[in-house]
Amino acid sequence: MAFASLDEVIHLCEEQKQPFWKIILQDDMNERNVTQEASFIQMKILWEDMLRAASLYDKNLKSNSGLVGQNGGRMEEYVKNGDTLCGSFMGKVIATALQVGESNACMKRIVAAPTAGACGVLPAVLVPYYEEKSLPDEQLVQALYTAAGIGQVIALRAYIAGASGGCQAEIGTASAMAAGAIVQLKGGTAEQIAHAAAMAMKNLLGLVCDPVAGLVEVPCVKRNVVGAVNALSAADMALAGIKSYIPPDQVFDAMKDVGDHMASELKETGKGGLAVTPTGREVTIF
Amino acid sequence: MNIFEILGPVMVGPSSSHTAGAVRIGLVTRKLLAQKPVRAQIGMYGSFLATGKGHGTDKALVAGLLGMHPDNIQIPDSFVLARKAGLEFSFTEANLRDAHPNTALVEVEGEQGRKLTVQASSLGGGRIMINRLDDIDVNCTCETPTLIVHNMDQPGHVSEVTSMLAHKSVNIANMSLYRDRRGGKAVMVIETDQPIPEESLKWLERLEGVIKVTYINVGGEI
Repeated sequence: MAFASLDEVIHLCEEQKQPFWKIILQDDMNERNVTQEASFIQMKILWEDMLRAASLYDKNLKSNSGLVGQNGGRMEEYVKNGDTLCGSFMGKVIATALQVGESNACMKRIVAAPTAGACGVLPAVLVPYYEEKSLPDEQLVQALYTAAGIGQVIALRAYIAGASGGCQAEIGTASAMAAGAIVQLKGGTAEQIAHAAAMAMKNLLGLVCDPVAGLVEVPCVKRNVVGAVNALSAADMALAGIKSYIPPDQVFDAMKDVGDHMASELKETGKGGLAVTPTGREVTIF
Repeated sequence: MNIFEILGPVMVGPSSSHTAGAVRIGLVTRKLLAQKPVRAQIGMYGSFLATGKGHGTDKALVAGLLGMHPDNIQIPDSFVLARKAGLEFSFTEANLRDAHPNTALVEVEGEQGRKLTVQASSLGGGRIMINRLDDIDVNCTCETPTLIVHNMDQPGHVSEVTSMLAHKSVNIANMSLYRDRRGGKAVMVIETDQPIPEESLKWLERLEGVIKVTYINVGGEI
C-alpha cells in the first residue's frame, strides 16, 4: 500500500532510523512482492533511461505541429557563452528542462515523471547536479525512490493528471518530487525533504492546464523550466532550515481543493487560457 | 499507484494517453487478430480525432499494429515501416455514440484472411480498455486472460462457469454480469489470474443455454 501521508513516511524514518528512500523501497518490495535487488534494478533502468533521454536531445528537431523544438539548443549555446543571469548550473537546469520537454513533443523516448508532459522536471534537476558533482549512479537511484514516494502520496491525496487537476497536478507534482530528491542528494533530513516538496507545490498552486490546440507543447515545454527552477529554490529554502507553515500533507490536500474548484476549460480541454488567445486559436494541425 | 506508475512508463512522447495508449491499442489488436495484419482501417473519435495528429496518435496506432511497444524509438517512422511490412492502412472519422473521448475503432484483416473490429479507448497513463470486439461489448483491460460468456438469463450458468474455473484451478480476479432484461440474454465478463484450458472453453460452448464463448488472452506484456 502506498503511504497516505508524508507524515507517516517521516515517522517511519525516525522509528526505524532509515533514510526516506529506504522506507519507500521497502514499501515497494511489500506491495509488488519483489526482492530489494529486483526493485533497485528496475529503478536503475529508469534512471539510465532518464539520463539517455537527456543526452539524446536533437537540437534540429521540430514537433509535428512545428510549435516547439530547437530552444533547448539555443539555451545550451547561451549558457556556454558564460554570461547568464542565473549562473551556469541553473542555466544547465533550464536547458535540460527545455531539451527533455522538446524531445517528448518530438516523439523521442522519455520517462514519464509523473506524466509525459512533465517529463523534463526531474532530469533537469538531477542530471546537471549528477554531472557537476560526479555522483555515483546509486545515489541518483535512491533519489528517484524519494521522488516516487512523494509522487505516490500526492497521487493518493490529490491527482497527477492535468485533465483532473490542471498543470499544478503535473508540473506541481513533478516539482515537489524533484525538490525532495535534490534535498536528499544534498544530505537533507526526511523532514527537509517533505518541506521542500511542500514549498515547491505551494508555489505552483493554481497553475492551469491550457495547452494550445490541445497539444503537449505550448506552454508545457517551458513550464518544465519553472517546475525545475522552482524545485531548486524550494530545496535551497528547506536546506536553509526554512519550513512550510502549512504542513506538507495539507499542502497536497490544498492542491486537490484548488483543482476541484478549477473550471473544466482550464483542465487540458484546450478551451481556456493560452489556448483561446487569438494566437492560440490560429494554431490548427490538419 | 505503485512507484513505477509514478515514475514511468518509459515511452515515446508526447502523451501517455494519446501516444503510449494508442500504441497499446494497436498492439492488442494485433494480438487479438493473431495474424500478421495486412489491411487496417482506423477510425478516430473524440480527442483522438481532434488532437491525434499533433500527438502522433495515428503513427502510434500503426506502430502497435506492427507489433511495437510504447517505448520503441521507431514509432515516429511507423508509416514507412508499415509499407515495407505490407500493411495497408487508412484513417477515417469514427461514428460512435457515448464513447470515451480517446477512442479508436480499428478494422483489421490478417494475412490468412481473418477480419476483426476492435473498439478501444485510452484511459490515461498509457492504460487502455477494449470496449467492443466485433459486435460484443467486452470492456476489459486485457491485462489478464478474459472470458466472455453470452448466455440465456436463467439460473445456473454462473455456477457452471465458475465451477469449471475452480476445477481447473483458475482464480477469478474480476467478474461482472449484465443482462438486457429478466429472462432475456445475459453476459458475464470474467478476468482471471491464470489462462483457461482450451478444452474447457469447448465444453462451455456446448452447454445448453450458452450462446457464445469469447476468450481473450493476449499474453505477455502490452
